[in-house]
Amino acid sequence: MTLLTRRTLVTGGALGAGLLLSGCDKLAQQPGFRRILFSGEKINMGLQRALMDRNALAPEFTPDQMSPVFRTNGNSNPNTADYNRHVAENFANWRLEVGGLVDRPLRLSLTDIGAFPQRAQITRHDCVEGWSAIGKWQGPMLGNVLKAAGVRNSARYIVFTCADLWSGAPYYESIDMVDAFHPQTILAWAMNDKRVSVGHGAPIRLRVERHLGYKNAKYVMRIDAVSSLAGIGLGKGGYWEDHVNYDWYAGI
Amino acid sequence: MDDPTALADPPTTAPNARSETIYRHRLATRLWHWINAITIFIMIGSGIGILNAHPRLYWGQYGANFDHAWLDLRPYGNILRSGWLTIPAGYNLAISRRWHLLFALVLGFGLLVFMIASLINRHFQRDLRVRAKEIGPRHLWADLLAHLRLDFHNPEDPAAYNTLQKLAYVVAIFILIPLMILTGLAMSPGMDAAWPWLIELFGGRQSARSIHFIAASGIVLFVIVHLTLVVLAGPIEEVWSMITGRWTLPGARSSEPPPPPLAEPEAAE
Repeated sequence: MTLLTRRTLVTGGALGAGLLLSGCDKLAQQPGFRRILFSGEKINMGLQRALMDRNALAPEFTPDQMSPVFRTNGNSNPNTADYNRHVAENFANWRLEVGGLVDRPLRLSLTDIGAFPQRAQITRHDCVEGWSAIGKWQGPMLGNVLKAAGVRNSARYIVFTCADLWSGAPYYESIDMVDAFHPQTILAWAMNDKRVSVGHGAPIRLRVERHLGYKNAKYVMRIDAVSSLAGIGLGKGGYWEDHVNYDWYAGI
Repeated sequence: MDDPTALADPPTTAPNARSETIYRHRLATRLWHWINAITIFIMIGSGIGILNAHPRLYWGQYGANFDHAWLDLRPYGNILRSGWLTIPAGYNLAISRRWHLLFALVLGFGLLVFMIASLINRHFQRDLRVRAKEIGPRHLWADLLAHLRLDFHNPEDPAAYNTLQKLAYVVAIFILIPLMILTGLAMSPGMDAAWPWLIELFGGRQSARSIHFIAASGIVLFVIVHLTLVVLAGPIEEVWSMITGRWTLPGARSSEPPPPPLAEPEAAE
């Protein structure tokens, strides 16, 4: 092997790697390949659901394992006129609306929410960015609230509409019925033994513990049972899913 | 003219040249090698893209901005965010994750199929088994000196991997890639519910994330050493053998290009 050919090969290899890298970006913009790229979400969801017991619990921790500081992320204050009024009134006149495909739409005050059987759990919050924080959350199981509202069999998803506006539209998220009726899926009004703060999603934050942070919607104002996600937002099931292509299935 | 080849080559080397090409790499090895070459390339590029979302590493169950990071890569943000290093070139966590989590399946199931195939075709037992005498300090020292002389092949069994080569492959196949897969799974909140032992195995999700990064660095090191040695050992023969499986023994290689085909002998007219 002469040096010349060796050098040609190394340069060629480096150039090839560079082309491959930029090729990846070109490929990812082609609709056909993009479908393949995005199919990973469904494959991973299928595999996880096949491996996982429907009610398998996310790991729970002891009080001494809790994060000293639980950082906030995303929006830390909706700061709309309505929301600020509720904060000023300590959410005394605030009601959580439960509707959609239910027999008995509900309007629940914080007192009503506290009257359901409560579940407290110390769990790990995993942000899609990579960091984790452990905190204690308390509230009624979403499944019990949905049963009280008489959720219909035709419901396939539960949609959460929030008080914080993103480019003028409310943040929203959705989960399917497997996660909606999971025992650790709660409507948390307390965090670390205090009312959930504004920074962490007052008055109610969804906890859906087998998913990444962005599924755990803050400032929940409305809960709707729906048969399809089409027509809600841009139809992909959540604000981040609609706008930056985050996976709807956030178990990974 | 009865024998045209007699004119082209001295008779001493010509008869051996063809018989010293051997079948070195089985189909499963070659397929996995090239699928993995692309997969690892994508996993590293998209992995750096994901790391850039929070380039700090922690030990334990939790870890975020206010906790102690054992490694803070923010000072190297300019390098880690350079477009030639990440997939996609511009920072996009969602698209990096799409690449990473699809090709993670190729990496995981690819390794599984390769391992089964290599047990059946006996590649592991024949080529990768490290014998006790090979890892004695004297043998390793001799092997290291041979590497420094760029002498990679035992003349008595030139097709065999040498000890350091075997150890590198064993570490990559049986330690680094499985560690990448398991620590990757341990970072998934869904998998932590399905298999709680994942988190116990690594001592927490943030520890798993740190080990994921360390093992990935090990793979990058492996790739650099691997490519360097391919270039030193004769890149055309090595790459060709990984495509076709056929490998020309080092002693049989000619440094000259093969002679041009002879014109038809005049006698044939």
